[in-house]
Amino acid sequence: MAYCAYCVNRRSSNVKRAKFTVDEVVTLTIEFYKRNYIEGLFLSSGIIRSPDYTMEQMLLVAKKLRRDHGFRGYIHLKTIPEASPWLIEEAGLWADRLSINLELPTEHSLERLAPEKDGASIEGAMAQMFERIEEAREERRHFSPAGQTTQMIVGADDTTDADVLRTSAKLYGNYAMKRVYYSAFSPIPDSSAILPLKSPPLMRESRLYQADWLLRYYGFQVEEIAESSEQGMLDLDVDPKLAWALKNRHLFPVDVNHAEREMLLRVPGLGARAVDKLVAARRHTTLRLEDVARLTSGLKRAKPFLVTTDYHPKARLDRQDLRERLIEKPQQLSLFA
Amino acid sequence: MSLHRITLKNGADLDGFRRAVRWLMAEELAPQHILWSLDEAPSLFGDDDLHDAPPVSLPKSVARLIELCVCHSDPERFALLYQLAWRVLNGERDLLEIASDPLVHRIDMMARAVRRDLHKMYAFVRFRRMHGELERFAAWFEPDHFILEASATFFIDRFRSLDWTILTPIGSMRWDRHALTFGPSAQREDAPDEDSFEEGWRGYYESVFNPARVNPTAMRAEMPKKYWRNLPETASIPGLIQTASQRVDAMIEQEATMPTKRTPERAIEAMWDQEPKTLEELNAIIAKAGPLVPGATQAVFGEGPKHADIVFVGEQPGDQEDLQGRPFVGPAGKLFTKAMNEIGIDRSQVYLTNAVKHFKFEQRGHRRIHSKPTAGEVKHYRPWLMKELELVRPKLVVALGGTALLALTGKSTPISRSRGLAQFGPYRGYITVHPSYLLRLPDEATKREAYEAFLNDLRRIHDLAEADPDTGELPLAAE
Repeated sequence: MAYCAYCVNRRSSNVKRAKFTVDEVVTLTIEFYKRNYIEGLFLSSGIIRSPDYTMEQMLLVAKKLRRDHGFRGYIHLKTIPEASPWLIEEAGLWADRLSINLELPTEHSLERLAPEKDGASIEGAMAQMFERIEEAREERRHFSPAGQTTQMIVGADDTTDADVLRTSAKLYGNYAMKRVYYSAFSPIPDSSAILPLKSPPLMRESRLYQADWLLRYYGFQVEEIAESSEQGMLDLDVDPKLAWALKNRHLFPVDVNHAEREMLLRVPGLGARAVDKLVAARRHTTLRLEDVARLTSGLKRAKPFLVTTDYHPKARLDRQDLRERLIEKPQQLSLFA
Repeated sequence: MSLHRITLKNGADLDGFRRAVRWLMAEELAPQHILWSLDEAPSLFGDDDLHDAPPVSLPKSVARLIELCVCHSDPERFALLYQLAWRVLNGERDLLEIASDPLVHRIDMMARAVRRDLHKMYAFVRFRRMHGELERFAAWFEPDHFILEASATFFIDRFRSLDWTILTPIGSMRWDRHALTFGPSAQREDAPDEDSFEEGWRGYYESVFNPARVNPTAMRAEMPKKYWRNLPETASIPGLIQTASQRVDAMIEQEATMPTKRTPERAIEAMWDQEPKTLEELNAIIAKAGPLVPGATQAVFGEGPKHADIVFVGEQPGDQEDLQGRPFVGPAGKLFTKAMNEIGIDRSQVYLTNAVKHFKFEQRGHRRIHSKPTAGEVKHYRPWLMKELELVRPKLVVALGGTALLALTGKSTPISRSRGLAQFGPYRGYITVHPSYLLRLPDEATKREAYEAFLNDLRRIHDLAEADPDTGELPLAAE
C-alpha cells in the first residue's frame, strides 16, 4: 500500500504479490523448524490495508507460535514504524528481536524515494524501542531481548559513504542498535523509473560493513573514516583500515611487542581477535614475524606497518606505490566461469 | 628408554585419553617416549598395564580444548594433546595464552575445525518424518570429525519435545523426548528418503534467492559442496546460479513500466486513518492484547461520559475491580466516591480510569494481594491512556498518586513535591494522592488530616473544572 520507489512491493508495482494467512505462516514455521530447515522466523511484510492491520497480523503470528505452539526458535519481527505504539509494545513481548528499517540514510533521500516515510517518526519509534528494551532489561522482563537493528539501502540514492556512516554512528549512539545492516540496492522486477538500474554495489556494501566494524570494535571515530575517504566515498580497492593507515603513515610502524592495544587495533590486517592474542602472548614471550604470521591471515597487509624483534619495514612504509602493492587481486573474476 | 604404545579407540575417546594422561603423568613419561595408535575396539591401552592413576589438574581452558580436539579426525590428535598436557603440567601453565606457539597454533586450528564441523552439523541436519502414525523424525548426516556425542546437547535443547534420530557413518543417536541413546553406525538408506515438506522448502529457498547477489564462492564457503547431497534445497542451486545473470539482465533491460492499476486513492486515505475513533474501539484493542502480566480476569476500562470535564487517573484495578470489571469499586474506590459526594462532584459525571488496565497481584492463601506495577508496565499501557484522553478531551486531568503521574508525564516524581496544579502535555492537570494512600495511614489523627487535604484538592479540582481555564481555550488534542 505504501509508495517506496526501491521496493518491489510498492503500490505502483505490477508484480504479482502473494499473501500468507497467519495460520499458514505459523504452520510452515513449525514444520520447517521441526525439520531443522530454519532456526527461527524473520517476518517482514509489505503494508496490507494499513500499518496497524499489517503489524497486528505479524504480531499474531509471533503470539500464536509462542503461546499456542510453545515455539522456542528465534523470532525477528520487522516492525512497521507507522503502526500504533501499543502494537510495537506488544511485538516486543513475543519477539527476540525487533527492527525498524530506516531504509535511506538522509531525510532528503527519504523525501525523494519514500515520500510517505518520515525520518523523525522512524527515529521516534526507535527511541521508544530503545527505552522499552532498557527498561525491560532492568526489570528482567521479556521485551525484544536481542535488542533492535535497522537497515539502510545503499546505492539507490546519492548519499556518500561518510554520510551513511554518520547516520549509523548516530543510531548506535542514540538507540543502542545491535546492528545496522547495509543492503546494496539490487534491481527489482518492474522497477521504478527514478532508480539506478545496474548490478548491486556489493563491494561498496562490504566496505561499509568493514567501516562499521571499525566504529564498533576498533575505536575509530566516524570522522577519521570520513577523512580517509575520497570525497566521502570509501576506497573500493583497499579496506577502510588500510585506507586510513595509508593516509596516516606517520603513526607507523607499530611495535607489536610494546604498542598499546588501541594502536595495534589500527594496524591493517590485524583483527581484534589477533590483537587480543598478540597482547596475551607477549606477556610470556617476545614476538617474531613468524609468530605474528600464525595469529593473522592478513600478514601481507600488516607487514609494512609493524615491527617485531626480527623485522622492520624500513623504507617500505614510504613507498609511493604502497597502496597499489597492497590491493588484493579480485579472487572471483567471473561469477559464471 | 623404550617406546610405550598407547592404543585408544578411533573416535572421540575422551575417557581413554584421560586415563592415559593420568597414568603417563604418574609414570612421568615424556611425549617423545610414547607411541599413540588407534584401534576400532581396543581391549587395553597396549603393552603397558594401565592401572588407575590419580587425576591430574589441568586449567579449565586446557581441559575444554582437549574435549573439543579429541573429536578431530587427525590420527595425531592424541599425541599432540599429550604434548600440550605435558608442557602445561611441566612449568608452562599459561601455555595456551601463547597462541603463537606452533603447538598451540596447531591445536587451535584443530579446535576451529571441530567447531566449524559442529556448526555445519547444527545448520545442515535435515530431518525427515518417518513413516508411521507416530511423529518421529530421522536425519542422515556425514560429519568430518567425531562429533556425534558432542552435538547431542544442542539437538536435545532445540528439539526436546520431538522424537528424533540422527544417523551417521560414525554412529547414531536417538532422543525419545526423555532419554538419549547411542547406537551403531548407519547408512544413508536407513533414513527416510523423502518428506512432504521438502517441496515447499525448496520453493521458499528459490523465491528468496536474489539473482543479483549471486556469489557462488561465498555460497560454497557457507555451504560446502560436500553437504549438498544431503540437503533438499541444494537441488535448486545449479539452476538458480545458471539463470541468475539472465534474470538480472532482464530486470535491467526492462524499461520502467507504468502501473497498470490505478492508484487506490480511497484505500490509501483509509490506510493512514487507522487510529481508533471511539472509546469502544480503543477498549476492544486493549481487551484483545490481554494482560501484560498474566493473572487478571479481565481488562478494566475507563468509565464515564464520553466527553467528561474531568478525567481521574488511578493506578491499576484491584481485586474487586478485576472481578467486577469496573474502576474504583473496591475499598479505595468507595472512599473516593464518598469524598466526591462530600464535595459535590457527581461520580457519574466524571471519567474514571487507571494507568494500568489489568490487575496484578500476589496470591497469598485465598487472598490476592495487589502488587504495584513497575515503571515498564506503566509505560506499556501509556499509549492507550494517551489515546483515551485524546478521545475524551477533558478540561482537566487528575493524577491520583505516583503511578498515574508517571503514566501522564513519563517521569517518576514524588507526589509530596508536585501536588497541586500541573500541565500534562496539552492538558491542564492536577496532582494529588491516590485514595488508597488514605487507607494505609497508621493512626486516626493523620488519617483525618490527610482526608481533609484530599477533600481540599477535590474542591479545587471541582472549581477548576467548573470555571473555564484562564486562557479560555479548550485543551488541544494530544498528537
